Amino acid sequence: MTNFDLETLQQDFFSLFGLPRQQALDADKLELLYRDIQAQVHPDKHAHLADSDKRLAMQWATHVNEAYQTLKDPLKRARYLLHLAGHDVGLESNTAMSGAFLMEQMNLRETVAEAKAVGDVAALDALHRRVGKEIVAEYSQLQQALDGQSLNRAGTLVRQLMFQEKLFQEIDDALAILET
Amino acid sequence: MALLQLSEPGESAAPHQHRLAVGIDLGTTNSLVATVRSGMAVVLNDELGRPLLPSIVRYGADGMVETGYDAFAHQSADPKNTIVSVKRFMGRGLRDIAHIESMPYDFIEAEGMVKLRTVQGVKSPVEVSGDILRALRERAEASLGAGDGNPLTGAVITVPAYFDDAQRQATKDAARLAGLNVLRLLNEPTAAAIAYGLDNAAEGIYAVYDLGGGTFDISILKLSKGVFQVLSTGGDSALGGDDFDHRVFCWVIEQAKLKPVSPQNGRLLQMRAREAKEYLTLNGEAPITARLSTDEFVDLKITTPIFSEITRTLVQKTLGPTRKALRDAGLTPSDIKGVVMVGGATRMPQIQHAVGEYFGQEPLNNLDPDKVVALGAATQANLLAGNRATGDDWLLLDVIPLSLGIETMGGLVEKIIPRNATIPAARAQDFTTFKDGQTAMALHVTQGERELVSDCRSLARFELRGMPPMMAGAARIRVSFQVDADGLLSVTAREQTTGHEAHVEVKPSYGLSDDEIAAMLKDGYNHAPDDAFRRALREAQVEAQRLVEAVQSALKADADLLSRLERAHINSCLAKLQALLIGDDRRAIDAAMGALSQGTAEFAARRMNQSVQRALAGKKVAEL
Repeated sequence: MTNFDLETLQQDFFSLFGLPRQQALDADKLELLYRDIQAQVHPDKHAHLADSDKRLAMQWATHVNEAYQTLKDPLKRARYLLHLAGHDVGLESNTAMSGAFLMEQMNLRETVAEAKAVGDVAALDALHRRVGKEIVAEYSQLQQALDGQSLNRAGTLVRQLMFQEKLFQEIDDALAILET
Repeated sequence: MALLQLSEPGESAAPHQHRLAVGIDLGTTNSLVATVRSGMAVVLNDELGRPLLPSIVRYGADGMVETGYDAFAHQSADPKNTIVSVKRFMGRGLRDIAHIESMPYDFIEAEGMVKLRTVQGVKSPVEVSGDILRALRERAEASLGAGDGNPLTGAVITVPAYFDDAQRQATKDAARLAGLNVLRLLNEPTAAAIAYGLDNAAEGIYAVYDLGGGTFDISILKLSKGVFQVLSTGGDSALGGDDFDHRVFCWVIEQAKLKPVSPQNGRLLQMRAREAKEYLTLNGEAPITARLSTDEFVDLKITTPIFSEITRTLVQKTLGPTRKALRDAGLTPSDIKGVVMVGGATRMPQIQHAVGEYFGQEPLNNLDPDKVVALGAATQANLLAGNRATGDDWLLLDVIPLSLGIETMGGLVEKIIPRNATIPAARAQDFTTFKDGQTAMALHVTQGERELVSDCRSLARFELRGMPPMMAGAARIRVSFQVDADGLLSVTAREQTTGHEAHVEVKPSYGLSDDEIAAMLKDGYNHAPDDAFRRALREAQVEAQRLVEAVQSALKADADLLSRLERAHINSCLAKLQALLIGDDRRAIDAAMGALSQGTAEFAARRMNQSVQRALAGKKVAEL
């Protein structure tokens, strides 16, 4: 990575796009900035130049892609903010989760498995909506927590959302299989 | 004072020359080559005015290699040495290939990729594809008048979006064998989207449904203000028009109560099956007649309802990946503004109907489904060759079709880069050892969506050796994946505490090794060594000239980013290279190019940084 500008590498993703370091985000603006930067650095713009330029372009474009993917997704963005703040989310230790939450997740998971087994699309649809709604609500809490500097609370919400997003994905997959 | 003159760059540079570049659609059934002429993308015809080159190669006993229509004429007489639909074998092992029992070839199972025994010896699918590409290169050079003064800069070659790393690598190897400089491997549906989008100034979310001779792709793209962003892609790299032919072929065998047929008769009936399928596109029934070498006579009629019935599952098979691609993009059929139809097989009314019904709208058929991919590729080649001015161009953001991962304990796959990640992409993951004193670690790179290694495609195996012995779990091995803009993967493993490193371009298990390629190139050049020498020198000179021009124009624009000392160093590298350019010492030219590239690396980095800062600043001003 000798050619890759060190300052830029060490810059955080928010600074790369010139955006404030916070959970609240103007997604349209991020997309516009992403496209503008890619229009400068993408390998296609440097294909007729020397190998060293091509390599540089690839490194830049890779970096910009990663930055965009991280900031675009609210869960990745939150984890990244916590990481920047030096706050350990403690993903490895399940003990950080409340028992009530884990119990609820297990119940939901069983309900999904049952509905999937009997091909109950209506039940899966209802669950899909319910979990989807909860997720939306928690993201707005997460934003408040992060931008209000309640990092412990944010960490808890991130852990919960990781469970819920996974569940949501499972319901989605089950629906997809039943549809075909 | 040469140095002083050179410090005013741009003056001596010749007016910007139009660089010759082509787009090549290397299809299962037919291939095409196109270019941009006076701003218009056009397909280059052969000397008889035919745009298509049938993707068929015949190896004759006399040492002749025939391609296209010449080979086509011999396919039923000499099926073993006349290779059709070779694209289906690219990067594939014997057990990956469907209907192998009804193929007339003498297959040889080789490591990674199947090979074919012909009268001219054993041929790999890469060599056969290379022969098709060579025919297209020669057509392009003749038709564009490419020569020493203005050689062919390079080609954009299209691949099915759903091609995996092994298939992509095999395609790139074939191009190298054919003497083509690959500017980019471009996904076929994306190429079609460029042609369609630029033609129609389309904005919004579009689907490209691409059913070719042997492959199916579906891509979902967002077209907005000169940016073509692929949101998701799906497909089946072993599903195409050939399979519809095969269904008809099986139906014929069954109806005519034929005993197992010889390779010659098999090829003949397959040709008849294809003709019948094509005839049914515009007619309600098609005759199928053939006199076999056994004196059996086939005289059948296939009707549209029968054809629809026997191919129904194939049509349905395309809708699964279509649903998945939409879901991956987080969209429903009603979000799609238009469905662009690509590939000859989309002419079938059954396909038109199924696609129309699924998306709830008439598919878009206003582009020639055979040509649109080549035209899009030519347009992209023109851009990559540097023929378009800033502002008059566009940006393409494509994705990888299949997740890339690494084998972990218990035969499970840990995904490192997920499918539909925008390329270029990189991701690193840390692994550790599981035995005390372990000094080597085997790494197995896979591609696919399944959780078990045995269900994914194996891309490469390599080893990180010579690590210092440590307690189990103490080593930190960082495995980094980098996917470039062609969608090709390279992997590096590095032990973090000691800095021990191993690196692979992911090709040895499926593509050809560099040695194999070198040997094949040498074989080709043995016939004309002088020609090869001249060509290599000419290529080096042209490349060096490009580099000189690029550096001069960079200096002209941004010389203020350099100190006087740096500028002097670059100028001296430039002067050295320019002096060598007119000579015939290729090695010296290469060395001087290397020195200039190295001398300008820091400059390039600063320029890149500046252009990003300007892009951001522009945004801020625009908002005020």
